[in-house]
Amino acid sequence: MKQRTSTKPRAGRPGIAWAVPGVLFFVFFAAAPMAIVAYLSFTDWDGLSNPSWTGLDNWSKLWEDDSMRNAVWLSLLLTAFTWLTQTPVTLLLGVWAAGRQRNRAVLSAIFFLPLLASSVALALLWRTIFDPNFGLAPDIADLFNLDSADLLGTPRGAFAAILFVTGWQFVPFHMLIYQGGVRQIPRSFYDAAAMDGAGTIRQFFHITLPQLRNTIVTSTVLMVVGALTYFDTVLILTRGGPGDSTEIVPFLMYDTGFQAFDLGYASAIACALVAVATAASLLLVRLTGFTRMRSTREGL
Amino acid sequence: MRSPNPWRSRRTRTLAAAAALAAAAPLLAACGSDGPRSGGGGGEALEVWVYQDGSTTIQEEFVEKFNETSDIDVNLTQIAGDSYQERARTAMGTPNAPDIFFNWGGGSISDFVAEDMLVDLTDIVAEEPELRDGFLPTIMDAGAVDGRYYGVPMRGVQPVILFYNKTLFADAGLEPPSTWEAFTTAVETFQEQDVTPVALGGADIWPNMMWLEYLLDREGGSEVFDRIRNGDASAWGDPAMLAAAETVTQLLDDGAFGNDFRSVAYTNDGAPTFFAQGEAAMHLMGSWEFANQLTNQPEFAESDLGWTTFPAVEGGAGDPSAVVGNPTNYWSVNSQVEGERLDAAVEFLKLHASEEYAQALIDNGDIPATTNAEELIGSAPNPEYAQFQWDMISGASSFTLSWDQALPASQATPMLDSIDKLFGGQLTPQEFVDSMQDL
Repeated sequence: MKQRTSTKPRAGRPGIAWAVPGVLFFVFFAAAPMAIVAYLSFTDWDGLSNPSWTGLDNWSKLWEDDSMRNAVWLSLLLTAFTWLTQTPVTLLLGVWAAGRQRNRAVLSAIFFLPLLASSVALALLWRTIFDPNFGLAPDIADLFNLDSADLLGTPRGAFAAILFVTGWQFVPFHMLIYQGGVRQIPRSFYDAAAMDGAGTIRQFFHITLPQLRNTIVTSTVLMVVGALTYFDTVLILTRGGPGDSTEIVPFLMYDTGFQAFDLGYASAIACALVAVATAASLLLVRLTGFTRMRSTREGL
Repeated sequence: MRSPNPWRSRRTRTLAAAAALAAAAPLLAACGSDGPRSGGGGGEALEVWVYQDGSTTIQEEFVEKFNETSDIDVNLTQIAGDSYQERARTAMGTPNAPDIFFNWGGGSISDFVAEDMLVDLTDIVAEEPELRDGFLPTIMDAGAVDGRYYGVPMRGVQPVILFYNKTLFADAGLEPPSTWEAFTTAVETFQEQDVTPVALGGADIWPNMMWLEYLLDREGGSEVFDRIRNGDASAWGDPAMLAAAETVTQLLDDGAFGNDFRSVAYTNDGAPTFFAQGEAAMHLMGSWEFANQLTNQPEFAESDLGWTTFPAVEGGAGDPSAVVGNPTNYWSVNSQVEGERLDAAVEFLKLHASEEYAQALIDNGDIPATTNAEELIGSAPNPEYAQFQWDMISGASSFTLSWDQALPASQATPMLDSIDKLFGGQLTPQEFVDSMQDL
């Protein structure tokens, strides 16, 4: 072995052949289905007969359709609220969990549990918790001073329930990202700051936060793309209801495709969703200067 | 636009279906697995799909019985509740499609019929005396598409029944309501006693639909929905529909369903348990509710559970004997099944007209849709309830199939959305009627 490598040193990267399994997998399970969905978005297809070409009909319907407009608005709201509520919580929890104390390690492990359960199981659990007669809904209503325990029956209540349940489920994941990020920050920064007389809060704003910049971008992109594509929680918890007040874009796509079997239009919605989610993540990465890969450790 | 080469078109469709699945929801992608099975080959086992619930044990038993004597075996696949329709729909036309499958007749199979995917059983039924004389004609007709039979009854008849709590009614000095006036009086009385008049699993939406179905039938008779079912969307604008929707709004204003019914589901037993605990006085539900209560709340089912027909509405054009619900479930046969496999499939269908099968259904507490059911009623575990159902069914002037099953999927989905909004006060009765006409 040693001799062979010494006679013919293999510098650089492995050949293209090494990428074949990965590429094939991607082509069959990602690129090809997406191409077919793109094709279907120009057709009228009920899933049984052959798709018939309808040109841009589905795409122009996207602009005029009230349920699509409603779904886009709800998805944007959900994404914005998801980011606004989860980021501060997960950031603080992550910083807190980064400490090496034993109790923090134990509690972090407990916080992590929701992420281990399947989201369908969690949604079923929460649906039972929100039952006004046998669940905790009356107590929740008392807590927030609501007049009725009909949490999932009011547009705002149902929206808040989705926001809360998905948040509860994904907070541990982002907490973990931040915990890792914080643990990468060299101890010496804090020692130096402490010597200069900076307290905990100053250290947080002047060392931790700037050092976490790239971590925040990562977490944000994951949150935004995740929130744009939430599906299972909505399916189990509210089925898009009451009425259409939690019918976000992925659920509308499912409802159109697999309940009403208008697969052509559902494909158009899917394409639009892919385009928007990709654009959003690219835009975020670009705006935040993530691509420039400027080190957060200059001078170290 | 059918391709001249059926094999090729089926392949493309399979691919496209798998692709759509994979891209739409990664969760569902697992369904696209390929079974090594060719259509129409001799001697291969028949794949049978059934909706999984408490009655599935009967199908298991009879499949086993059938396999003992038949050269061609039957494989039974049970598919869990909610996803049944989607699974069947996405599988049809692919090599993974079932050969014989459970369905609700009517709109639930009309798209398959339009694509020639089902065996037209009309002539077979006419030739086979067991099938021809075995089933109640009204029930055979209820599942027919354009007057032709594509299915054979295989489960009990499931009319929607008004259940009530006998003790609560006796304590309030009330009789079970036979007229709408008596019903509204009962609603008021229970309201005053702090009992929710009617339990309703509004989160599932279809329990709400049952109220509208009966109200429309009582207001305008069964022909209004018949027109809708036959493609006349303007029938949603019938004055009877508006009157039914207005009655719903009136019930909501009166607090008949309590004020949080939209968070209550039927499917997780929220509404049935609420009713069984004496918190609500009435519950409009399919006949399966009796078996459900008997399993989950046996004490309540044996001592307090009463049942009656939906009240007559004064001044309405409908016949008070008319029934809504699921006439039954049917077995349909995939048109890929040919030759000796089709013969075996027909033998399998005939088994469901037998007295043995009817007896198994009766023992399970169901009312079979077979002509021999009447003599067997006496042996039912709850003869009183069985007799009530038999009288209700055999005396019904019409049996309207549940709307969400009668209409094709493309209309049923937005309809359920609109009904949900009507019950949530997001649509007024007039807006509801208008939105349905625009479908």
